[in-house]
Formats: sequence, structure tokens, C-alpha cells
Amino acid sequence: MAGTELTGTYITSRGHHAVVKLDNGYNIGVPAASIVCREAAPAVAPVVSPAEQNPDLPDVAIISTGGTIASRIDYRTGAVTSQFSADDILRAIPGLAEIASFRAHQLATILSENMHSGLWQDIARCIYDEIRRGAEGVIVTHGTDTMSYSAAAVSFMLETPVPVIFVGSQRSADRPSSDNVMNALCSAQAAISNLGEVAVVMHASTSDDRCSIHRGTRVRKMHTSRRDAFRSVGIPPIGTVEYPSLEVSLSPSAVLRGSTEPALRDHFDNHVGLVAFYPGMDASAIAAYAGFHGLVISGTGLGHVSADCIRTISGLIRDGTNVVMTSQCLNGRVCDRVYDTGRDLLTAGVIEGEDMLPEAALTKLMWVLGSTDDPDEVKRLMQTNLRGELGRCSPHGL
Amino acid sequence: MDYEAIGLKAGIEIHQQLDTAEKLFCHCPTRLRDISERNGEFFRYLRATESELGEIDRAAREEMKEVRRFSYYAYDTTCLVENDEEPPAPLNPEALMVCLTIAKMTGATPIEQVYVMRKLVIDGSNTSGFQRTALIALNGVIPAGARIETLCLEEEAAQRVRDSTFSLDRLGIPLVEITTAPDMRTPEQVKEVAAYIGMLLRSTGRVKRGIGTIRQDVNISIAGGARVEIKGVQELDLIDEVVRREVVRQQQLLLIRDELHARGAVADPVPIPVGDLFKETKSAILKKAPHILAIRLRGFAGIVGREIQPGRRLGSEMSDYAKKCGVGGIFHTDELPAYGVTAEEVSLLRARVGADDADCVVIVAASRQKAECAVQQVVRRAQYALDAVPEETRKMLEGGSTAYMRPLPGAARMYPETDVLPVSLSRECWDGLPVPELLSDKAGRFCSAYGFDEQLARQLVYSDRLSLFERAVAEGVKPMLAARVLLATLRELQRDGVETGALADDAILSVLGKVESGDLAKEAIPDVLREVAAGAGVEEAAERIAPPITSAELVSIIRAILLEREEFVRERGMGALGPLMGVVMQEVRGRVDGRQIAEILKEELAALL
Repeated sequence: MAGTELTGTYITSRGHHAVVKLDNGYNIGVPAASIVCREAAPAVAPVVSPAEQNPDLPDVAIISTGGTIASRIDYRTGAVTSQFSADDILRAIPGLAEIASFRAHQLATILSENMHSGLWQDIARCIYDEIRRGAEGVIVTHGTDTMSYSAAAVSFMLETPVPVIFVGSQRSADRPSSDNVMNALCSAQAAISNLGEVAVVMHASTSDDRCSIHRGTRVRKMHTSRRDAFRSVGIPPIGTVEYPSLEVSLSPSAVLRGSTEPALRDHFDNHVGLVAFYPGMDASAIAAYAGFHGLVISGTGLGHVSADCIRTISGLIRDGTNVVMTSQCLNGRVCDRVYDTGRDLLTAGVIEGEDMLPEAALTKLMWVLGSTDDPDEVKRLMQTNLRGELGRCSPHGL
Repeated sequence: MDYEAIGLKAGIEIHQQLDTAEKLFCHCPTRLRDISERNGEFFRYLRATESELGEIDRAAREEMKEVRRFSYYAYDTTCLVENDEEPPAPLNPEALMVCLTIAKMTGATPIEQVYVMRKLVIDGSNTSGFQRTALIALNGVIPAGARIETLCLEEEAAQRVRDSTFSLDRLGIPLVEITTAPDMRTPEQVKEVAAYIGMLLRSTGRVKRGIGTIRQDVNISIAGGARVEIKGVQELDLIDEVVRREVVRQQQLLLIRDELHARGAVADPVPIPVGDLFKETKSAILKKAPHILAIRLRGFAGIVGREIQPGRRLGSEMSDYAKKCGVGGIFHTDELPAYGVTAEEVSLLRARVGADDADCVVIVAASRQKAECAVQQVVRRAQYALDAVPEETRKMLEGGSTAYMRPLPGAARMYPETDVLPVSLSRECWDGLPVPELLSDKAGRFCSAYGFDEQLARQLVYSDRLSLFERAVAEGVKPMLAARVLLATLRELQRDGVETGALADDAILSVLGKVESGDLAKEAIPDVLREVAAGAGVEEAAERIAPPITSAELVSIIRAILLEREEFVRERGMGALGPLMGVVMQEVRGRVDGRQIAEILKEELAALL
């Protein structure tokens, strides 16, 4: 295959191959030993222009944590990394500056799989400060993988009179087809709307027609890659933002702006686990949570695990672990009073998670355990609707 | 025309769809569908994005002048990858092997580690906003000294249904793109090279056939002109005409440039609102237009309306540029008064913008924003006219003339497709890759080995049934019989309205086998195939059409015929053989081979006499 002389720009090395960009734009891999450097490629300076702001528009804070919406591809390594500041996002999304006047905070530049409760606290504190400074709305840019966990966590930590909107994108910003522009514009419009709670704003369908506004404690990523991956579970979305008109409609169940005073309770107990039960599961997998302060189980059907596991759970509870039962059905309400298994679980002291999503139950339990270790109080709070995460009635959905 | 003297340089890019089982970056079939079979529709907006170097490609920027909503039709044979809702699958190894085979046939050098790139395309034909493409091999050679610069493997775009609506069935079909060096010097040579490459591609037996499965782009320049890329020439027969017409266009533009310079022409960039002049006009378009802008092109009179190609004027080029802003077209004073615009209105227009007889005035009627955008585009094109020939991507119109599409894309449109891992090619894989026989060589071999004439051999190697022919011969069918049935008989049946497409290769093969083994007379072939096409099994059809006759039966049939016509036989002697042959043939209706009949008839005749 040798015998051809080519000229191009050296990009990087991978294994025994050097990646070279030819003048026609194509990259090729050639044996590293076969290349000769003639001259150093000129450094390309990034073009930076300051973002324009209109002070007459509503004040909105943008808190950036990273994720696909703010991602940039490192063309040397091919890795997708989050390197944008919130200010960069403002420049990158044409039209954003016509909706509001933005203040930017860059709390992190992580991929959302690396999210953790310490950062949830930072986000909640930053939002709280911004609300107190007079922000009329807050946008949190976030990777999609764990966005629903963060939205739920912030929902519990924060009482907010203004919209707090989590937003991300499923297609990276470097693609002409990225959903980042539409999601960002819709989130900005939602952030100055009449909403007064924590929500996630993402594509409602595969088309660029509208975004759904999902309650932070009721939303779940239900697809690995589709634009409309985020769905409200157990309740309908609390609103929509049309595109490109950006007209916001809120459902009657949405919490409205100014319904509460800002408050922050940001204690968290990290010693909480989430485990999914499956047929044949070895009880030792549950026993591994011994010593944890809390454990959410994603059980089968109405909220079940095998008899074997019940014995282990019973032991955990006796030793002080608060165990909450949810269902891997995701849709529906846990009821451990129908079958013997359920009754045995109740006898063991398991707390029924009602119709909470397992992830919402996890963040709630972390937050509840951050402020109390009294099992009765834990149970009472877990079964009380605090942020719309739990419904007294199950809507019939007809 | 002396093309050497005018410095014609031409190169071609050939895009050929591969006939693989699955698409290039997903596992959907490479099947085209009727749009009535669609089972989903969605729409998107696309935006130009910065390249890895922080630039926006000029071609992409041009497409962005108008924000467009693109609709897509989905099918039960398309998936989330086509919808840009799922990351691409790994590069299809079958397609890669076909592409490497083609590379090897041209003596090209393969790339050891292949990287898939994203080529920005935001005309809506790619849901992602880019086309995935990979350089597979470099530096091939084909006869007549034409060099092949690159062989790439890329995904086919979605098919435009109308305006901004696309059908996703075609998106992702593997395409091989072969780019030649600008080595061709005459229009005929361009056609020859294109035909040769087409033959080479077909020789693999792995390419799609039919309309739209192969497309040629032609790159043309003349001395003092500019490189122009003409996309999508589907008919090979038009390729030389396209070259000839582009040469004329560039020559005309050069003449126009010289004349404009001699006149001291200037493109005045300041538009003037003239909507009030057309309040009472008879032109429906101008009357209802929300906004009309005029620009004065000093010294352009008579030139905007000048023909530069059959059916195309400089004004057509300006109009193409303006249409990028979403306007329907332009009016210019070289073609006015007309279209309901009166001579009086033209004088008022000229007076308003201060144009004298040497000037041309162009007007655009649209919304303010579109009109402003459009007149700037007209001014841009007018300024190019002062420079000579702009580098452009153009599309072919019916007949071989061309229209402006967009600027030539730059290298900025290409950046890495990080969702697809690089593919390494081993020495063993390359060395072990068989090189198929060229169809031209195969035709030559058929002539010498089977005694075919050149035309028959050619017809056969280019036919869809070539591989069936080769199978038949390999299984012992006489080449001439196989060729005649596969070419002539099938065509005749088709002409008679028989669904020859319903004939499975195996069925045809088994009919030919029966003839070869003597179980079926070749005279019965058309009727048997007709029955098979209508749904019968081969055995059943043969039984029905031509139940076998034993030689004893045949002898008795012949004897009966002879006895009936004894007088005639005695009168003509052995001379009765010819006329009686027809009578017997009629009687046994293709159930026995003619030669066998002739033999027995001769014997019986002799015996009787």
C-alpha cells in the first residue's frame, strides 16, 4: 500500500497510525513511521466576540454544568467535551439575546454521567442566590443522561417563586441538525413565563415543532437517543412551548410564578442507594447496602421482590436502613397490600413509594435523610407530596 | 471548436449506488419505496455550524440565507438513523469491500486506516445536516491515461419529493464516488472516460442499476474562465453536450466581461424603493408585491438579456442568485416592457433610478427582507460579471444547459464523524481481494470462446441476466441457446405483456436444463416460460405445454401423416420432406426437437418410397 507521497496536516496519533488531514478535507490514517514533518501548522486562534445584552429585557440567569448542549468536539482526539462557558452558549444560540438579559455562571463542565450530589447542592445554592438577586427565571444547561435526577434533586432543595428550567440537547451542538437551538430558545421563553417551579424543557416530538415543559420530579429520559426522549411519567407535561413562535402554554396543574417565597434547604445524605430487583437476584446484592441510611428498591409490578430478598431487606431495616419500594413499571402506584409478598414487605418495614419514579424517590430520600434520621418522620415525608413528585390520585389518562 | 486552444480542462466525479444488503451506516435495506407507502412524517430546521477551524462554509452560508423547514417521509424500511435520532452503526463492511474491489481494479492505493468524515450539506437532503463520507483509496489509473484522484465511500442523500420535502428511503444507500484528475481535454473524452468508469463499476456485479443509480458531476474550466462543478448529470449521452454548453457559457461570460470593461460598467449597490410606480400596473406580481426594490447596473444595458447558453441569459444567472433569498425571480429592463409592465412604467422606473440608455435596471418584488437580500445577490452576480466567471456549483437542466446552485464548497465543510470508529485495512485483506473480469474483457472472451458476434456479446455483458447466463453455461447449457433465450426470448415475451420480472433465475435455468437434456424441445421454451411467469411450476408447465413424446409415438404420428398424404408424397418423393416438416411440427407443437423430427421423417419417407 506504500509508494504514494501525500501532503497534509498532521492531526493526532492513534496506536501505530498517524491521522493526517489532506487538503481535500479528508482525514486518513497512515503508519506513523511513514510521515515526515515539513513545517509546523499555523496555530488557529479562536474568534471570540463579546455577547450583546439588552438590559431592558427580563433578567435570567444561565447556570452551565456541561453536557451535549454545550459540547464541542475535540477534533484532535475525537472526544466530545463540554468546553463552552454559559457566555459561549449565548453567542452560539442566535435569538437567545432577544428573549432576556442573561447573567452566566459556569459551575462545571462535566458530562452528566459524572454528576453528583455535591454539584446538585452548588446548583441549588446558585439558583437561590440568583433568585434573591432578582432573577426572573433561571436556566440550567445540563447533560441529558442524568438531567431528571438533578431536576428532582433541585426541586426538593429549593422553593422557587420563578421558573427554574433544566435544558439539554440530544444532538451535539456541532451538528446542523442539533436540537440545542430550539431547546435553548424554548427554555429561555419558559424561564420568563408565568411558571413557578423546577421543570425540564426538551423536544416534545421528533419534529422541530414544540417543546414540552415537564415537572422536575415527574420527568424521565425514556429513550437513549431520540430528541423527544424526555417524558412526563404519571402526569401529563405541565406545559408546552411552540416553535418557532415560542408561545408558552401552561396546564392548570402547573405551579404559577410567585406561589411561594424562595427557600433553600440543601442538606443531602449521600449514603443512599437505588437497586433494581430481577428474577433470581442474589440477596447478597441487597445485603451489600448494609450500613446505608437509605435504599430505594425498583421492584416488580405493584412493588415486589423475591421472598429471599425480603428476609435480607428485613434485616437491613432492623439495622437502621430506610427502605423505599418503587416499581420498575414506572407507570402506576406501588401497593404492597394486595399480595402476600407485599404484605411481608410491609411487615418488614418497607415504605411504599406511592407513584413516585424510582429516581425521584432516590433524590427525595437523600434529601429527607439530610434533615432527619427518625424513621417515622422519614416515612411520613416520603409519603407526603412535597414537589408534585407524588399524587394522591392517579389520573385516569383518558 | 478547438478545445486545446481554449484550454478546456475537465474532470468528472462519478457517484454510483452499491447494491448491498444494508445501508452504509444502518441496517436498513437499500430499497427504494413509493412515497404512498410512507408511514411517518416529521420536519426539522437546519443551521450552518462552524467547522473545526471555526469557520462557516461558504456554500452552507449561502443555503442559510433562507431559514427553511424540511419535511421527511419515513417508511417501515427506514430507522432512527435516517431520522437523525440514533447514532450511526459501524461502516458497512460489505460496502467497504465493494469499494476496495473497485479501487483494486483501477490500481489505486488503499488507505490503511479509514476515517469517516462529515461533509456539511444543509440543503435538507441529509437529516443530520451532513453527509458521511470516507476516503478509501487514492491514485488509480484507467485507460487513455485518465487518472483517478480519489475513491470515496459515502452515504446517498434523501430523495427530494418536492420543494423542501424529502423521502428517507434513499438516504444512506452506499455510494462510491470516483473523482478523476482534470485530465480531459475534449467533450468526447469526458464522455469516453465516464462510459469506461461506468463499465468498470458494472463489472463488479455489485452496483445498483436503473435511473438515478449512477450520477456524474463534471468539473469544467477554460483558460481565463473558472472551475465550475455541474452536478447530477444522469444521462451519459448528455455529458459531452453539457461540457460543450459550459464552454460556450464561460466564453460568453468572458466576452461580456470585456465588453463591460470597455463600457466602464459599474454595479451600483444602493437599492431604491420603487413600489409606488407599480400601484396601478397590469403585472399581477408587481401589483400585489409588498415591497419592490430596484437597482441600477451602469453600462449593463443589453447585456443582462444576452444569451450565454441555449435558453439562458446573464439575467437567468442573476435570477438564480436572487432566488436564494426566497424570491420567485427578478425583472430587468432588457426584457421589459413585458409581463404586463408597460413602456411608460419602464420609463418612470428608469427616471426614478437615474438610469440612461446604457444602463440596465433590475427590480425585485417581495417582502422587504427578501427583496433586500435578493438585490444584494443580484449586485453580487453583476460584480462577478465584471470579474469574469464565478466558481460555482451548478445543476443540469433539461437539454444540457445549467443553472446556478451554490458557491463551490471549501475544505471547511468537512470535519470528523466521531460516532464511527476508524476502520483499519490489513495487507492480507487487500491482497486477497479478487479482481472481477472487466465486462469489456468478458465480451471479448464470449466472442472468441462461444462464437458470439460483438453486438450479442456486448448486449449480454450489459444485461441484467449476465450472471444467470454464466450460471447456465457453467451448468452445461449451450452458450448460444442461453444467450438467445435470456436476451431475445425474454424480451419478446415482455413485449407480449408477460411479467418476465416474475421469472426466477432458477426457473429459467431449469427450463434451459430440460432443453439441454432433451426433455423439452427448444420450440416450447416461450410457451413454458409464459406459463411459469403466470405462476405455474416448471414441471407442471412443461407437462401442460409439451407432454413428452416417445420416439415410438413420434414414429406413429409421422407414419399417420405420411399415409394421409400418400399421393403427395409419391408425387414429390424426397422433395416432400420440407413441406411435411411443417405439418409434423404443427402436430407435436414443440414437444420434440426439430432435428429429431427431421431424422425420423427422413427415415420414414425413405421407407415409404
